Amino acid sequence: MASVIDVEDVSKQFKIHHERHQSLKERLLHPHSGSTEVFNALSRVSFTVSQGETVGIVGQNGSGKSTLLKCICGVLKPTSGEIRLRGSLAALLELGAGFQTELSGRDNVYLYGAMLGFSRRMVDAIFEDIVAFSEIEQFIDTQVKFYSSGMYVRLAFAVAVNVNPDILVVDEVLAVGDERFQAKCLDRIRRFKEEGRTILFVTHNADQVRALCDRAVVLDRGDMIADGPTQDSLRIFREHLLVDAVEHDAAHLLGTITIDSVTTPEGTFEIQSGSSLHLDVVVSAKTAYSGNFVLELFARNGTLVSRSDIQASPVNLVPGRNRIGIDMAQVPLLDGLYDLNVGVLDQRGHTVIAWSEKAASIQVASNGRAGGIVELGASIRQE
Amino acid sequence: MGVPSAGQLHHSLDDAPVRVVSARPTLSTRLKNLWSRRELLQQLIFSDIRIKYKSSTLGLLWSMIAPAFTLGVYYLVFSVFLRNGIPNFVIYLFSGLVVWNMFQNSINTATGVIVDRAALVKKVSFPREILALSNVGAAVVYFAIQLAVLVIFVAAVGHVPAWRFLWILPISFLALYFFTSALAIVMSAVNVYLRDMKHLMEVLLQLWFWLTPVVYSYEHSIAPHLSRHGLSLIYFLNPITLIVVTFQRVFYVNTVVTSTVAPFSRLDILPTWSFTKFLDLNLGLLGITLVLFIVAEAIFGRLEGNFESEL
Repeated sequence: MASVIDVEDVSKQFKIHHERHQSLKERLLHPHSGSTEVFNALSRVSFTVSQGETVGIVGQNGSGKSTLLKCICGVLKPTSGEIRLRGSLAALLELGAGFQTELSGRDNVYLYGAMLGFSRRMVDAIFEDIVAFSEIEQFIDTQVKFYSSGMYVRLAFAVAVNVNPDILVVDEVLAVGDERFQAKCLDRIRRFKEEGRTILFVTHNADQVRALCDRAVVLDRGDMIADGPTQDSLRIFREHLLVDAVEHDAAHLLGTITIDSVTTPEGTFEIQSGSSLHLDVVVSAKTAYSGNFVLELFARNGTLVSRSDIQASPVNLVPGRNRIGIDMAQVPLLDGLYDLNVGVLDQRGHTVIAWSEKAASIQVASNGRAGGIVELGASIRQE
Repeated sequence: MGVPSAGQLHHSLDDAPVRVVSARPTLSTRLKNLWSRRELLQQLIFSDIRIKYKSSTLGLLWSMIAPAFTLGVYYLVFSVFLRNGIPNFVIYLFSGLVVWNMFQNSINTATGVIVDRAALVKKVSFPREILALSNVGAAVVYFAIQLAVLVIFVAAVGHVPAWRFLWILPISFLALYFFTSALAIVMSAVNVYLRDMKHLMEVLLQLWFWLTPVVYSYEHSIAPHLSRHGLSLIYFLNPITLIVVTFQRVFYVNTVVTSTVAPFSRLDILPTWSFTKFLDLNLGLLGITLVLFIVAEAIFGRLEGNFESEL
């Protein structure tokens, strides 16, 4: 498969003016006043996306992920390096930015389509789909300035996904519209994926990445710190977040608490569906610490199966080795491989103190013919 | 490229053309890019026009009413009150004004356009100079309407245009288009850094107007003074002058007329150049304006790089 996005050695610097002199008078009077600071938003980022891949770009706020995305979309030009793209691209970033509020929804669909690089004829062919998807049929000839913000975003989203671009770029826009519309958007993105189109998905929400992406790129303050399978990248992202959190909130705790091992008494993580499971976790601490223990279980497709209450399991760690036991009386999972994350959070459950991503993989075997991930234990009878 | 129907397996992109986003795309890439987005330009022009006249009752008629009013005022002042003695002065005035209006409209609207549409510039990817070009494009549409009115007017009063010179008009118009576009592109970018440019241009355009022989005759009022010092060329450094004079030559026709105020006195109105000279000058100007357009593209490319920290 051809590479459709080739990011090569891309850096982006912003000049930040501390004193802005934009009028001629001020420029003439103070030619050199005001300091300019150079801010490195991206430093030498390189990666390649092949056709049909769904790649997540993960990072905290200010990590440069939106800058990278804007460079890929061509809104910003990199300071150095280059990006090579194949095929048409539509971006779901800042939805509706191209709208002219004085024009009707209909006119805006054509205008926005043209901005994305699609001809009038191509938009004609999919106009009905766009309107149907946006669910604003009766307002399509109303000026956009009278639209609610939800209608506005829905129309923009409808255009971007219905032009069927080769590459779809999604930037944390799935928080738009009501829950039903969000689900519709996610469905549409999944269908895109099935059609073999390329998707670039930017978020700080690790769960969404896990659910959608095959691969993830992690950015931290402009540096690319990971590029690999979603699970591995997210582990690095989590651990990095952890270092950050410790630096910010509890610098003295840095590296004082670590999760050493997760084991089972039987020494194997293979269990039968419906049987019990006992896990032994060894946590070593250099100082005493009171926090909460938390447990996450993910299916291999990235679905979060369960996350324990982050404030419900207090642990009082003492200096040295601490043993923590986890008992599950009955594991109601069906056939499959499940990844386990464990960690220690502070008392309020806000800050991660220690984390082990993919601490263990549990292989569940079931002898039934039920499908899915959970055994509901339903008994079905005719009455 | 077709639009694949939903559910259909996606075509391979192995052979798709590669687009490059880099710090400074080459000039030829820029021009190619610009050409490939001409449909966007067309859509922007029509949305510009539509927005401008959206909620007015008379709509596009206004693009004729305003110039007609200006025409009326100048006619009253110069032909009736100041009695310049030029016969058929309305036609003379009209043929120059269509050209000037196109130029002034374009520059006045395009200078502020990048700043006005900062929200779009910061969020959607397209060649930014298209915004300035869409303003020029809208002005071309108004120009076409006014030109049509001029033609109808000339026909209605039974005035015969200089048919032989008609073939120079397209060349002259293209020169006007490229010169206006070049200036519009550069000014729209400069205004991002120097916000005074918009106001400065409005003032400069007024001065520029009086340096162009629209409401007076170059041959009659300026040429004798300049040629005495051998400075005739300087006046023609203003590219609009040659274009205006060409339009006047085509529609007004007469180079020498008899004054309506003082009978028997001759007035030199237009240069008595031959067809070949008009053609050569206009072709030369077109060449120069094409170069200017390319230079403007290069300047825009330089200035564009830092838009995001200024908008």
